[in-house]
Amino acid sequence: MHKMLSHGKVIDNSWTLVAADVPTTDNLPTGDILVPLALWCGQHSVLKNHIGAVGVWLDSHEEIETLTGYLDQLPVVAINFPKFVDGRGFSSARLLRDRYHYQGEIRAIGSFIRDQLFLMQRCGFSQFSFSDEIDLQAATASLSDFSDGYQTAADQAEPLFKRLR
Amino acid sequence: MYIYDQYDQKLVDERVAQYRDQTNRYLDGQISDEEFLPIRLQNGLYVQRLAPMLRIAIPYGLISSRQLRALANISRRFDKGYVHFTTRQNIQLNWPRLEEVPDILAELAKVQMHAIQTSGNCIRNTTTDQFAGVAVDEIEDPRPWCEIIRQWSTIHPEFAFLPRKFKIAVCGSEEDRAAFLLHDIGIQLVKNSNGESGFHIYAGGGLGRTPVIASSIREYLPRQHLLSYLDAILRVYNRYGNRDNKYKARIKILVKAWTPEVFAQRVEAEWQQIISSDGGVNSELTENEVNRVKGFFTQPDYEPVDMLKVEAGLKAQATDNLAFSRWLQRNVRDQKQPGYASVSLSLKPAGVAPGDVTDGQLESIADLAERFSNGEVRSTHNQNVVIADVLKSALFDFWQQAKVHGLATPTIGTINDMICCPGGDYCSLANAKSIPVAEAIQRRFDDLDYVYDLGDLELNISGCMNACGHHHVGHIGILGVDKKGEEWYQIQLGGSASKQAALAKVLGPSLSRDEVVEGIEKIIDVYVENRLEGEAFLQTYQRVGMNKFKERVYAQNA
Repeated sequence: MHKMLSHGKVIDNSWTLVAADVPTTDNLPTGDILVPLALWCGQHSVLKNHIGAVGVWLDSHEEIETLTGYLDQLPVVAINFPKFVDGRGFSSARLLRDRYHYQGEIRAIGSFIRDQLFLMQRCGFSQFSFSDEIDLQAATASLSDFSDGYQTAADQAEPLFKRLR
Repeated sequence: MYIYDQYDQKLVDERVAQYRDQTNRYLDGQISDEEFLPIRLQNGLYVQRLAPMLRIAIPYGLISSRQLRALANISRRFDKGYVHFTTRQNIQLNWPRLEEVPDILAELAKVQMHAIQTSGNCIRNTTTDQFAGVAVDEIEDPRPWCEIIRQWSTIHPEFAFLPRKFKIAVCGSEEDRAAFLLHDIGIQLVKNSNGESGFHIYAGGGLGRTPVIASSIREYLPRQHLLSYLDAILRVYNRYGNRDNKYKARIKILVKAWTPEVFAQRVEAEWQQIISSDGGVNSELTENEVNRVKGFFTQPDYEPVDMLKVEAGLKAQATDNLAFSRWLQRNVRDQKQPGYASVSLSLKPAGVAPGDVTDGQLESIADLAERFSNGEVRSTHNQNVVIADVLKSALFDFWQQAKVHGLATPTIGTINDMICCPGGDYCSLANAKSIPVAEAIQRRFDDLDYVYDLGDLELNISGCMNACGHHHVGHIGILGVDKKGEEWYQIQLGGSASKQAALAKVLGPSLSRDEVVEGIEKIIDVYVENRLEGEAFLQTYQRVGMNKFKERVYAQNA
């Protein structure tokens, strides 16, 4: 089974990603699924009957604000990185945590790289599902590249100068 | 100057360890070239035409004698014994080895220096006035604010992968010496009608392919909100800036597309949310923190000076010595503290690439700063260095020492003090060489009396449209262009990086390498023939217009 990082641990990834161009709920895979934003917005009442958990994934250009009415129904919000240098997902995650107080899992999917993990974690990502096969255990080291940061972020309500100086 | 505490030091040390591991994994084939690119860029490392280039941060241009000596050592040990001062007040090594960069960064960390975010699509070094703290026209010292911004921007978790690079400048004086209106964000220190200090915020300025002067987006921001407001601007840009075309990705394009009014409204709405509902109120600056940082930018204990005696002494020395008098005229500025002066050391002697200094000269600069000042040096966006707080009575000694080390070229602010990018000799982006053009101009204008007579004249040279040499804001700008594999040069006139910022206009068809110097000479002739008493080049240009210059330069083609 595919693996991913969750809260710093390597775990099995039971989720199936439903592609962005799937227009209906007719032939969805069984089990836990991540559906694209458009499908969720159009079919969330139907998706309630799905057997297995349902999360939503957003592409980097899609606005997290679209989801705000549904957050308490979603155990996972996944944010796609079409390219690892596309940094929009960092803002999406922060908005989910800071502004909309989302408590579920925020999962990075797509082309991000392990060297971004520390920053992503600070922005509120809790899970990392890499599209490439990488050494996940080794990658956990990147989560603690730094012991602290100057700024407020999803993981730290106060800036360093207020806490330590 | 700011001194790291344990938290600052730990972060820089951890960054060195992180990059060492990343370099090892890259060399081991675990990180691809594509993935390593932004990693190395955000640690200052470019791969250039001939060799890698490492850009080292000098936060807001302030560097100590100890740090200069460390750089001299590094340039000897890891490079060819010289460094290059850039237009963003930073330093570049032109020949480091990729495998040795982690060791260089470790050496830098020992003297509280780094190369973090000196390149890449992230928030770069914040720049300011080289005369901060001593300028006669200063409203408030901008450096504590620059340091607060430096810390906020360093390894900011949300803004490490922006659509494009992002530059911030802070201006604390009446006259602008930071070119702050040509930055992604320009911050001007102001007082409101109640006499409280705050910031006037501008956004969307920049040079590059599409030069734009920044628009005002908030006339008064109370100082405690600086960081949350910067977060709001960056977030709006990070989310909505163009990511499809790197030439349309700077914030200036977004500001223009939305209009400055709409952009300002979007930022305001985002900021209101950040402070009202996101807990952004937590990043409000406290008086405690502001005072802590301000405490590092203290003034030396100025001695009371017998001004009459000092001025008389200087006058006598200048009368006896024409060379000293020229240097006083061009390279020395009064400060707000009577009896003291700020001295510009020119890094533009003819025959040397503008901004280049040897390891020995770095050490000489360090010595001069210790002997005549408080061991601090400022780099300038014109690629020179400044030592402030020099007793006027010691200026003659200072000059003699500086002269020995080739640091007293008395041409600051003249045609020979040109800003010049590394160009086609080093840079893989360049369309044309720039350093040989600078040198040819310096050689043509080698009569110092004539150079002085021409007075204040900013000549800026870029080897390509990325505009690292700021050609758009030179009184005379020269832009290298490629025509069927040959190097040609477009001349522009009338730019200015002052508070009355203006973008230069193109004179006409580009000139070949052989024609450039002659073209510049003709432009200067038109100025000399048409100027009114006391009129500088830019004023004459603004009065007489482009045509007079154009007619002369292209006369033979008519």
